[in-house]
Amino acid sequence: MLREPVPSAVSFDGATLSWHHAGACLEVSLHRAPLNEIGTESLRELEILARYLRGGAGGARAMIVSSSRPGFCAGADLRELYAGLVSRGRSRLGRWLPPGVARRLLRARIGGFIDRIHRVFDTLDRAPLPTIAAVHGVCFGGGFELALTMDRIVADRTARFCFPELRLGLVPGFGGIPRLERDVGNAVVRELLLTGRSLGARRAHEVGLASELVGRGEALAAARRAAEQLIRFEPRTVAAAKAFAKPVPAERLRRERALFCELVTRPGVLRALEAFVEDTSVRPYLPRAVGGA
Amino acid sequence: MTSGEDLIHRLTELATARFGPAAASLAAGDDLFDKLGIDSMQALDLLTDLEEAFGVEIPDYELQGVTTLAGLAEVIGRRR
Repeated sequence: MLREPVPSAVSFDGATLSWHHAGACLEVSLHRAPLNEIGTESLRELEILARYLRGGAGGARAMIVSSSRPGFCAGADLRELYAGLVSRGRSRLGRWLPPGVARRLLRARIGGFIDRIHRVFDTLDRAPLPTIAAVHGVCFGGGFELALTMDRIVADRTARFCFPELRLGLVPGFGGIPRLERDVGNAVVRELLLTGRSLGARRAHEVGLASELVGRGEALAAARRAAEQLIRFEPRTVAAAKAFAKPVPAERLRRERALFCELVTRPGVLRALEAFVEDTSVRPYLPRAVGGA
Repeated sequence: MTSGEDLIHRLTELATARFGPAAASLAAGDDLFDKLGIDSMQALDLLTDLEEAFGVEIPDYELQGVTTLAGLAEVIGRRR
């Protein structure tokens, strides 16, 4: 088995994210325009971050993930997902494949992407150092799922959390449902999942999703102050306490992945994605009805 | 001023604070998206402003098809 290269640089400046050390804290900033949509390039750089974490993260004793864009993250790159779906009927040789074969190939391809995302998110979730998401603005879909891998969410008043996937005929596929189940009551999970509504920062704080609620533009500063406290504790004790208090819901994650991969190749999903991608209105994030899958 | 007019007045103030002076001249029935050119992100920001200012919680689906100050006032009125 090939050993994966471990990034040695204590700073990284990629196309979609960057990181640097501020004292004992590793600060990761998402910076892909427009709103940190997670596509293959984002995934590749998240994988580099995951390798850095597995390699010890340069001795960091806390990590903060934030965004320099107008929101935290709008979720998966739906345009990229749609492009992958519309090309599903073609083989690499350019020949059209029978629908059953094409669907199996597509399911395998998307399953591969989801597996890679899950490996990264599991690494973030299990990282032995304390982790904080500093969230402002939109924290939707895959972005919300990313925030849920962190130990704590510090939300500024502009933050909004949402699982819009049902609008597309899908469920979250990056581990969001099991991780949300871990953090809040099931009624809140169902409210978010089944209505596709967004929760404002205040309500997110009230239900225990966000551990801190701060003023507009204050999330990163508040996360840094929290990190200053967290790094004072003995690292092995922190790691042990975290592993005990934050078990990774492996079986539920596996089942969510299977459900997502089953749903994503349904024709209704393609129609909903097409409507989103080709929508020329200025309101793609507002609620709408979509055709059944 | 009736409570409905008061609500519209406060909504106009909020919209002006967020979107600038163009919002000050909005009529209650004007389409916010057409008149102000706001996008979905700005609409979400406005939703947060409304929840903060009026101490209410507004699920996104309540705003389905709501494009005017009068429509927003009606939604808020139902939740106060």
